[in-house]
Amino acid sequence: MSAPQQTADGDAILEVRDLNFFYGDFRGLTNVSLDIAKSRVTAFIGPSGCGKSTLLRTFNRMYDLYPGQRAEGQINFHGNNLLDRKQDVNLVRAKIGMVFQKPTPFPMTIYENIAFGVRLYEKLPKSEMDDRVEWALRKAAIWEETKDKLQQSGLSLSGGQQQRLCIARTIAVKPEIVLLDEPTSALDPISTAKIEELINELKDDYTIAIVTHNMQQAARISDFTAFMYLGELVEFGKTDTLFIKPREKQTEDYITGRFG
Amino acid sequence: MSLYTRRIWTNRIGIALSMLAMAFGLLALLWILWTLFYNGFSALSWNFFTQDTPAPGSEGGGLRNAIVGSLMIVGVTTLVSTPIGILAGIYLAEFGTTSKFAATTRFITDIMLSAPSIVVGLFVYALVVATLGGFSGWAGSLALSLIAIPVVVRTTENMLLLVPTSLREAAFAVGAPRWQVSLKVTLRAVKAGVVTGILLSIARVTGETAPLLFTALNNQFYSTNMSQPMGNLPVVIFQFAMSPYDNWVSLAWGGALLIALLVLGINVIARVLFRKKSSD
Repeated sequence: MSAPQQTADGDAILEVRDLNFFYGDFRGLTNVSLDIAKSRVTAFIGPSGCGKSTLLRTFNRMYDLYPGQRAEGQINFHGNNLLDRKQDVNLVRAKIGMVFQKPTPFPMTIYENIAFGVRLYEKLPKSEMDDRVEWALRKAAIWEETKDKLQQSGLSLSGGQQQRLCIARTIAVKPEIVLLDEPTSALDPISTAKIEELINELKDDYTIAIVTHNMQQAARISDFTAFMYLGELVEFGKTDTLFIKPREKQTEDYITGRFG
Repeated sequence: MSLYTRRIWTNRIGIALSMLAMAFGLLALLWILWTLFYNGFSALSWNFFTQDTPAPGSEGGGLRNAIVGSLMIVGVTTLVSTPIGILAGIYLAEFGTTSKFAATTRFITDIMLSAPSIVVGLFVYALVVATLGGFSGWAGSLALSLIAIPVVVRTTENMLLLVPTSLREAAFAVGAPRWQVSLKVTLRAVKAGVVTGILLSIARVTGETAPLLFTALNNQFYSTNMSQPMGNLPVVIFQFAMSPYDNWVSLAWGGALLIALLVLGINVIARVLFRKKSSD
């Protein structure tokens, strides 16, 4: 068992230990161990195919949808191993939400987009549901743009708005952790700035893990950064340290643009 | 001839041949439609819709009993085949992607899609009509359902397979169980396509004659009792068109025109629906 690379200031909400991941026979992750700190932003960077999205998708068992993909090791969340067969994946996903690269509004009204997830776990009277929808939309900084058209299709919004709607939909379920899988790579710079601002505001209440292709973005918004390469965790530490004084030669080469 | 001019001529000949092929197909279609209108339009009168099929040798008459019978038989068929077809399609696309059972179901559905309809008619005759003692509207609906269900299953499945993985994952990511993901998110995303499939299945069975010959048979009187033999347009057209009576032949043309217009209408609605939805 390799020792986890340490970061921790404060509590770890997720403890990843000796995680290996397989796509059929291909090994996507090798012995990854790290802690995700509570109420902090942790960024995952690395070249395409390095396993950063794969790692993120183990946190909410998204890989379960695909036969042939499997994870071994431990991801501890409140004392339970998320990878345990007996673990109820729907409950895991309600506690650990996810936002994807491409905005994916459901084919229903803006209101229903938010209410859909809430209804799965809570039976709220209409007025409380209204409040919850407004709360989530405000939290995702999209209330002003949508309050007059809650009954319109979520697909009628612009790409950046759709992405914030997806963030609102995720936090409406009141998860503890929000996973962001390259949430801004399909967006223009202005929408990107808005999402980054939003991430900054959300981190007081949620733990955030974000995969990004954009190193500047990782440097701007994260407290901790993990650099991955070929399915291994190369370096993990405070974002400032990692970007200014990386310990590993590979990390330095990547962040200075010499490869990747 | 330079390479370039040769390419231009090849292109021109290719386009000309395609146009010719299209014109040939279109000509046949327009010819059929024109003949139907020419011979059938005069039959479409008030009496056509309000009177029942005439007895041999008597004057006038209409197709009321056949029209009502057809609507009832096709209506029941739609009510039966829509839920079964959609649920089976959801199963194939969302649940049983890798199971043996799904693969078998898919295979049988494909066979059913191309099975001759007269075989389906004989099957229901042997299974229901011969054993339960008699031709009936129910048996007709059963036979038509066997033809409609595979159409609905296949379109539903194919439409659901077009849903981007990201949308499906997003629905799972809020903690939704699979049945909710299927019914409330992915099925809704392809609603227009599925409705189109249902409409096309209705269009398909509306004109089917062979399965009804052995099941619903025919009834020259007005009847809304599905347990009895029932009048229906395709069989009436079949019988009347071959008859020596002028008014029968005329009614057959009218019925054929009516079915053609019905199917055309359904197809146009399906197209408009589908186009409107896919451009969103």
